[in-house]
Amino acid sequence: MKQFVNFVKKEFFHVMRDRKTLLILFGMPVAQILIFGFALTNEVKNSRLIVFDQAKDPASQELITKIEASRYFEVERSVADQQQMEAVFRQGKIKMALVFPAGFNASLLHEHKAQVQVIADASDPNTANMLTNYLSAIVLDYQSTLSKDLVVPYRIVPEVRMLYNPQLKGAPNFVPGVMALVLMLVCVMMTAISIVKEKETGTMEVLLVSPFKPILVIISKAVPYLILSVVNVASILLLSVFVLELPVNGSVLLLFGESILFIITCLSVGIFISVKTDSQQVAMLISLMGMLLPTVLFSGFMFPIENMPYPLQLFSNIVPAKWFYLIVKSIMIKGLGFGAIWKETLILTGITVVLLGISLKSFKIRLS
Amino acid sequence: MKEIVIKTDRLSKRFGDFTAVNEISFEVQKGEIFGFLGANGAGKTTAMRMLCGLSVPSSGKAEVAGFEVYRQSEEIKRNIGYMSQKFSLYEDLTVLENISFFAGIYGLSNREISEKTKALVEQLGLEKEAKKLVAGLPLGWKQKLSFSVAVLHQPKIVFLDEPTGGVDPVTRRQFWDLIYEASEKGITVFVTTHYMDEAEYCDRVSIMVDGKIAALDSPSNLKTQFKAGSMDEVFYQLARGAKRGD
Repeated sequence: MKQFVNFVKKEFFHVMRDRKTLLILFGMPVAQILIFGFALTNEVKNSRLIVFDQAKDPASQELITKIEASRYFEVERSVADQQQMEAVFRQGKIKMALVFPAGFNASLLHEHKAQVQVIADASDPNTANMLTNYLSAIVLDYQSTLSKDLVVPYRIVPEVRMLYNPQLKGAPNFVPGVMALVLMLVCVMMTAISIVKEKETGTMEVLLVSPFKPILVIISKAVPYLILSVVNVASILLLSVFVLELPVNGSVLLLFGESILFIITCLSVGIFISVKTDSQQVAMLISLMGMLLPTVLFSGFMFPIENMPYPLQLFSNIVPAKWFYLIVKSIMIKGLGFGAIWKETLILTGITVVLLGISLKSFKIRLS
Repeated sequence: MKEIVIKTDRLSKRFGDFTAVNEISFEVQKGEIFGFLGANGAGKTTAMRMLCGLSVPSSGKAEVAGFEVYRQSEEIKRNIGYMSQKFSLYEDLTVLENISFFAGIYGLSNREISEKTKALVEQLGLEKEAKKLVAGLPLGWKQKLSFSVAVLHQPKIVFLDEPTGGVDPVTRRQFWDLIYEASEKGITVFVTTHYMDEAEYCDRVSIMVDGKIAALDSPSNLKTQFKAGSMDEVFYQLARGAKRGD
């Protein structure tokens, strides 16, 4: 035990002396949370819009005012003809145009039916989609104020409730994602690199010739990263609660427990990579390509898994981050207890046990 | 009759079709400085790794410090010291931290660690550098420190794998003074080297060619046997016939 403590102490010296790594370790989660929280957001606000108003009547004016009043759009300017409108689109600063045909008000009054054209710059399809949805909603809203006095037969008004995230904020989605990402990076890459480093410098041989058990070498190299990762989880949660105002709805203790499980999963992957590689560069490359990429792609954090082709959906099941992401979302956002996530936990535990078994087995007691 | 601390009997290591070490048999006595020579690829590192418990032999017998290599590698590990080819201290740890880490790995008590650390720092004249990172030490000092750390727990045998690579002749000479000192204390020294002048410092020398021991005797006997003026010539005569190498 004393030998073990002695070893872990030495590992902490390594981590603490390497300032750059330390900065990455603790700076990364903070930076990611802040970037995702404030810079990268899929909410679209104050998009510029141009209006090509051929009607210039009370109805069109009223609708334009309504659009201007919303927080989604800013009416940049009006254009006088088709060519002008196309020119503005080509400059790329405008994402959207609204075209009123001549006699908009008149047809609305007499035929109870009028048309507006919505033109969106679909070079970025997601934004275009979102903007047209917003705009349609405003138009619909205007329409319902018009028909308020009229008796319209058969009207179904859906009342929509957005559960768990009524304001459709981005944070509930990315905080669990960032957690998975940061833990993956720190545990897999750092552990792999730190073990491979000992191989490169020849100190691993000296350790293996010593009476210190090889398995303990590996465990004591992983311990500091386990502790640092728990600190990272805490700092991510603190930032999310106090800076992004996203509370933890479920049990914090459960959240930490699940995080430690996922950390151990990642550490096993890191150990496995370190066993299979002999240079720090290779270990880093494999960690990044082999682990970070699937985490980003298949955890459901950036791209919905439901929309993927079936084989990829199947593949996503072996990505540990997917399960961790689901667990964190359930605890943090939905406030669910262990009863709701036991299945995910079981799967994650299974993956961890398998990975740990493989990596410890492949770490040969005697180097040959 | 002196005590035998290393004894091998037709010890072999095969990697697939390739026989790295081919039935080597030799004995090393307590307190001896045993030179283990051979060209690159002759199999000396593989042989040494088997003796240290880093690699399992394919066949043959071997006993190190009275324990046999197949089943008692844990006991062997407690009784040997090892210094690898690559310089093997932690560069980002201080001299003191390195000493107490390795002492701790061998299970020395806190009191022993602090006593030995103090004695070692004085012996090497590293008082001023004790709290500095090892990365800043000159290579010669690093290697002396590395050796001292390898014998800190007073092993029966210390294995040195090309310990003086890349060091100037003066430092090499000083390094050998440390080896003599250890040998006088009864520590058996098993050393591989490329330098033939170092071979002359050994009590007995074995020369490996293509996985076999081609010659084994004291340097002076070998020179007489091969009618050579120096170990260099002895080595050249033997290694010339080698089929493998790089």
